[in-house]
Amino acid sequence: MSQFVHGLMRFRRGPWEMLASVLIAIGVVMLMQPVVLWAYTYSFIVTLTGTVMFIIVSHFPD
Amino acid sequence: MSDTPIDRVAKATPPSVAAKIRGLSDRAIAWLFVLPTIFLLLAVNIFPLIWTINLSFTNFRANRPNREVDYIGLRNYERILTDEDIWLTMQATAHFLFWTILLQVLIGFTLAWLINRKFKGNDLWTTLIVLPMMLSPAVVGNFWTFLYQPQIGLFNYGISFLTGIDPSSFQMIGDVKLAPWSIVIVDTWMWTPFVMLICLAGLRSIPDYIYEAAEIDRASQWRQFWTITVPMVLPFLMLAVLFRGIENFKMFDLVVQLTGGGPGSVTELTSINLKREAFEKWRTGYASAYAIILFVTVFGLASIYVKALNKVKER
Repeated sequence: MSQFVHGLMRFRRGPWEMLASVLIAIGVVMLMQPVVLWAYTYSFIVTLTGTVMFIIVSHFPD
Repeated sequence: MSDTPIDRVAKATPPSVAAKIRGLSDRAIAWLFVLPTIFLLLAVNIFPLIWTINLSFTNFRANRPNREVDYIGLRNYERILTDEDIWLTMQATAHFLFWTILLQVLIGFTLAWLINRKFKGNDLWTTLIVLPMMLSPAVVGNFWTFLYQPQIGLFNYGISFLTGIDPSSFQMIGDVKLAPWSIVIVDTWMWTPFVMLICLAGLRSIPDYIYEAAEIDRASQWRQFWTITVPMVLPFLMLAVLFRGIENFKMFDLVVQLTGGGPGSVTELTSINLKREAFEKWRTGYASAYAIILFVTVFGLASIYVKALNKVKER
């Protein structure tokens, strides 16, 4: 866990990509879940943030 | 000695053009070759994408091109993301995606594993299994509507034969509860061979000596399957899931032919709903915003999936 936080602080690609992937996955689940409407409403902004973050952080050093 | 085609082209090139080309650097010549592709990519992919993003912030309607277009900010996105009907469409798509991919992977891998065992008539079975994939989705949709007929449909009689239920007592396409499963069954029937072929390529790429070494180490068949077969086929399986996931997310033709999105809108997938918004209701700006939401979702999913695929390949 500390290695993950350390990677985030030093702008390393691995942990940041992981974070972006988690955001995208949460966004897609929010988009397609049948339980709460507000989750569907905010799904796009979560997915978009994750996707843009993924594109940016994939240029970070390993 | 006769001239080669290259010699003939060189001789036919006017001296002025030849001199110009001779004066170009390797880098410039490389750009010359790449430029047409870049131009095509910009014209066919990038420009329409940027134009769609632009339209998604407007109230443009393609059936009224002369009407003044107003920029309405994020209102289209707001409407889509608070619309309960579109939310239901997303759920229908999620149901379709989850079950088709799960069934296709399970059945496709099992078939590939069986076909990979050498037996008599192996090639004939492979050809027969692959046949549904070669048919047009429109044809498949049409003939499955006949197979699903409660009075004359072979599918209903098959179910009746296996379970004893009266064949005319249920309608696969007309019943609200059964219709989502009817499209899952047809897509699985049609596209399982595709997953099987990819898995078969993966299974055939595993060298025999690995299994021989495992035999010498007295590894059981079960252990060989989980520690050799599955890890080595996994990248291929993930590729198949990626292809099927993207294809099924934009599934249109098969479902339109089979159910037309009905009964009601229980089988109305996002692509069908999007087409209705864009080309039946002519809400082009609204449909553009809808398309952008779907694009970002597929792009995001494909990004993390490709990352996972690369990790599996590195192992």
